[in-house]
Parts: sequence; structure tokens; C-alpha cells
Amino acid sequence: MELLFQQILAGISTGAIYACMALAVVMIYQAIDHLNFAQGEMAMFSTFIAWQLIEKGVPYWLAFLITVVVSFIGGVAIERIVFKPIEHAPVLSHVVIFIALYSVINSMAGFIWDFTVKSFPSPFGSSPLFGSTLISSHQGGMVAVTLGLLLLLYLFFSYTSVGLAMRAAAANPASARLVGIRVSWMTALGWGMAAAIGSIAGMLIAPVVFLEPNMMISILLYGFAGAVLGGLTSPGGAVLGGFAVGVIENLAGTYIPVIGAELKLPIALVVIVVVLVFKPAGLFGRVVVSRV
Amino acid sequence: MSTHEETVAHHDIGESPEGENRPIARPGGASASAGARRIIFLVLLAVALVLPALLKNFVVFQLTQTMVYAIAILGLNLLTGFNGQFSLGHSAFYAVGAYTAAIMMEHMGIGYVWTLPVAGVICFIIGFLFGLPALRLEGVYLALATFALAAATPQILKLSPLEHWTGGVQGIVITKPDAPFGLPLNQDQWLYYFTLIVGIILYICATNLVTSRTGRALMAIRDNPIAARSMGVNTSLYKASAFGLSAFYTGIAGALGAIIVQFVAPDSFTLTLSIGFLVGLVVGGVGWLPGALFGGAFLLFVPNIAEGVSKGLSGAVYGLLLIAIIYVMPSGLAGFVQAIVSKVRGK
Repeated sequence: MELLFQQILAGISTGAIYACMALAVVMIYQAIDHLNFAQGEMAMFSTFIAWQLIEKGVPYWLAFLITVVVSFIGGVAIERIVFKPIEHAPVLSHVVIFIALYSVINSMAGFIWDFTVKSFPSPFGSSPLFGSTLISSHQGGMVAVTLGLLLLLYLFFSYTSVGLAMRAAAANPASARLVGIRVSWMTALGWGMAAAIGSIAGMLIAPVVFLEPNMMISILLYGFAGAVLGGLTSPGGAVLGGFAVGVIENLAGTYIPVIGAELKLPIALVVIVVVLVFKPAGLFGRVVVSRV
Repeated sequence: MSTHEETVAHHDIGESPEGENRPIARPGGASASAGARRIIFLVLLAVALVLPALLKNFVVFQLTQTMVYAIAILGLNLLTGFNGQFSLGHSAFYAVGAYTAAIMMEHMGIGYVWTLPVAGVICFIIGFLFGLPALRLEGVYLALATFALAAATPQILKLSPLEHWTGGVQGIVITKPDAPFGLPLNQDQWLYYFTLIVGIILYICATNLVTSRTGRALMAIRDNPIAARSMGVNTSLYKASAFGLSAFYTGIAGALGAIIVQFVAPDSFTLTLSIGFLVGLVVGGVGWLPGALFGGAFLLFVPNIAEGVSKGLSGAVYGLLLIAIIYVMPSGLAGFVQAIVSKVRGK
């Protein structure tokens, strides 16, 4: 029982990383209606910018703020420069552009900052939380920031006119345009917000996994998995999904003999797929009924 | 709200939002264009037959590898381009094909020719079975499920209980077959012709399939599943079969790939390979079968070109080349060729 409890706690603390990323994934899904494979790399690049600022002697929170703003602008710029010219291309071509962006950003980060592992400071410190060595105060802070971000997003999308306009533009571009929403700029705004949230996720994750150009690959995959499990239309569900993925992964590694430790990721994915077979829109996603 | 979601579902894969100018090989067509197509095919075939005599062995090997990738992309195209199902899991089928060939040749001493049908059939069965639960999933959800397959495969191949057969992390080394009947060809040249023959047979089967009744059913499911079902198409059977068939092609490609590379190891079959197939499919043209060859060439040569331009920034060069291609040809080579053809005809 003690072991189970500990493993769940450890799962929650890694789950916090995935939850952060899952939230960023859902954000961009709301804005552009598909998954962005380059998102992890965008977050990684932002984190490197923050690292560079801190190295130059900028105080942590100022660097944090600058990074979020720069990432927002960067996200908008990528949408305007790369995606606007081909907005009418087939969806799969967009997916290929994501892959291309992934490759470009990863390679550039490696070129500028090289591939050696760097440590990244935490604003919350790393002392054990609640007297347990399994969850540190940084991970506690990460959970708190993720939940705070979730609340802010909820308020933004439910009560501000820009938030409502963004949702309208994503859900039904044609009708949104008819009521006077500038759909294409809403998409750009979505990219900017996703990049900003991604940068926050990156800066929170970096103290745990260390900073290097490939740090985001597996985290993004877990983030995707969490987002899909929770439901891509529900930010709250995505956060919960992220935590769930962390816990499932940990429990599978502990309790399934022989293959458990080697097949942690596949087992977590299989569990998710099974859930999806029974609930195709994710646990908390809105079920879409198609009209004939 | 709901109406929009419904329209999105149709345009989910490989189709421009306008739904026009779709580069799908239309069945039939004017007889003049069919004649032209036959001439182009014969000219290409003649070139393909002469090439090995003119090129160095390594280049011949690269061309063989290109054809192998093209066969895998052909399989993916049958699934994605004609049935509208998305897959990130084709590296798994490629791996199963490769290991089937390797195990049959090295552990059982069976001739390499016989490994191809066996690899195909095994992959068909796995693909079909995988297609059944995947029936309930669409778009990104299907992408995640197939991704799970791609992520699990290298790990499963490394598992200790299977090590006796798979060779664990080390993999299996395969002996390269010689040319049969005393043909005056070296091993690379023979494998080139062998792959060419297999590729042409599979290509002809694929073109016949997509212009047949079955092909129309597959496309109907892609374009409007509800309408297809109400017209009596058994969507579950067709979708699962499409998965199986696609896996069949990719499995054969995997077996061929193992034979020409002479080596299989778990880490050659990661998600990167699946993504490569997807990129190859898109640059070649979704729903246009000849595009597979261009896709295969892209998959093999462009990373090398990028490496040649800049060692440190090869990833960036690769990405920029990819973006440039999509800018020039948003629907892949297929849309590009179609635009040229319609310009020549003055339409």
C-alpha cells in the first residue's frame, strides 16, 4: 500500500510535466484544429532564450516575462510567415510543414547553443515538499502554476470578447467571418498564445529534465497522449489527462513484471488507446454529432 | 456547430479545404491521355532497365533503396490517400516484414524470394487485426493509436524473451543473395532488378485496385463515410482491409529492405521512419500512386543533400527544403504534374 501511494505520488510529479505540455497542446489545437508537432521544439527554443538571458545576468522573473513575450511574438510570426501563404494547402501538407519546422528549430538550437546538457534554475527551489523525497517544492510549484494557468485560460475563453472570438473562429471559420471576426488574425493569436504557454511549460520543465535541444521530444509525446486522453476540446481534461499519463506510466513500470519497465511508454499508450476505443472523444471531450 | 464538424471530417486528410483540383488519378479518362501515360511508363521502364549498367554499385544500391521506400509509401498511400485513414505506425509493419525475412533466411534457411509473400501475409493479418479497434478512431486519435504501434515495436523487438529469434539490440545479419540462373549480374544489380520486378507487380496491382469496385468503395468511405454506408458499403470490413492491404505492401517493402541492407536491428524502425514515409507520401502526392517513387527518392536523398550543404545545420537545411517544396507544390508532385498537364492542354 505504501509502495502504491509512493508510486502514485511520483507519477503525479512527472505527470505535472506532461500536464503543462498537454495544456499547450490543447491551446493550439483550439486555435488551428490540428496537432502541432513542432510545439515541443518551440518551447525548447524559448527555454534556451530564457537561459541565455539568465546567463547574461537578467533576474529570473524578468527573464521569464521577456521570454513569454518574445515567444508570443515568435508564435505569431511563425503563423504569419510560414503558414499564412499556404493556408489553403491540404491538411497533410500542414503536418509536413510542422515536421519541417521541428527539424529547423531543433537544428538551429543545437547550432547556437550546442548539444551539451545545461542546468536551468528553478524559482521554487528543490527542497522536498511535505517531507516526501518523491515530490520536490519545484514540482509542487509546477503543479500550482499549471492549475493557475488553467484558471486564467478558462476565464479568458469564457468571459473576454477576444477569447470568445477565438473560439468562434476555430469552431466555425465561415460563420465567424460573417459576424465580423478576423479569423486569420485569431489563428495567429492562437499560435502566439500556444507559444507563450509552451515557453512557460518549457521553463518549468527544464529544471527537472535539464536543458538540451532534444529535451522535449518524449515530453511532447506524453503531452499529446495526455491531451488526447483528456479530450482535445477540454483544457481541464488535458491537464487531468497529463497527470493520468504520468501515474499510469509509473504504475505500469512498477507492477507489471518482466516487460513493465522496458515497455513503460507503449503500455501507457495502449491504456490510452483502449480508453479511446470506448470514449472516442477522450474522457472529457465534447462528443461531436455529425449531421447527415 | 455540428455541421462544421461534419465538413471538417470530410476534409480531414490530404484534401484542400476547397476540395477542388484534387490530384486523384481518375479512372478511365481520354484514350489519348491513356496512350500518353503508357508511353511515359514504357520510357521510364526502359531507362530503369539500362541504369544499373551505367552506374556505380553504390548508386545502384541507393536506387534499389529508393524503390523499397516507394513500395512502402505506395502502401501508405492506399490507406491514407484512398481510404482517408492516417497512420504513424507503418514503421512497425516495415519492421515486421524485415524481421520476417531475416528470421526466415537466417534461422530457417528459406530462400529470400519466399520471404516476401510470407512477410506480406503476416503484415496483412496484423494490419487487419489492428484496423479493427482502430475503426472507432479518426484523425488525431488514430494518429495516436498508430503512434503507439510505432513506439512499441523497437521495444518489443528488444525484449529479452524474444532475443533468441530477434537477436536483441544486435539484430540479425543477412547474407546477400546472388543472381540466379547464372545471369551476368553482380549482387547489387540483381537486387535492383528483383526489386524493380516486385515493385512493378505491386504498382500494377495497386492501380487496378483503385480503379476497381473495391477502390471506389474505399474512396467513397474517405469522402463520405455515412453516404458510403447507406449505399451498402461495409465500411468496417473495407477500412480494416485497407489497413491490412497497406500493411501488406509495407511488409513486403520491409522484407526487401532487409535483404538489400543485409541487416536488421530494432533501432532502424523507429517513429522517424514512419514520419519519413508520411513526408514521402505528401511530397509525392496524396492519392497519386506514381508519386511514391518521388517520395522514396526524397526520403533517401534529401537528408544527404542537406548534410552536404551544411554539416552543423543539416536539420535546418532539410526543414527549409521541405518547406520550399510544400510552397512550390502544396499538393505534392501530384498537383504540380496536374498543373503542367492542364497547361499543356491549354485548359
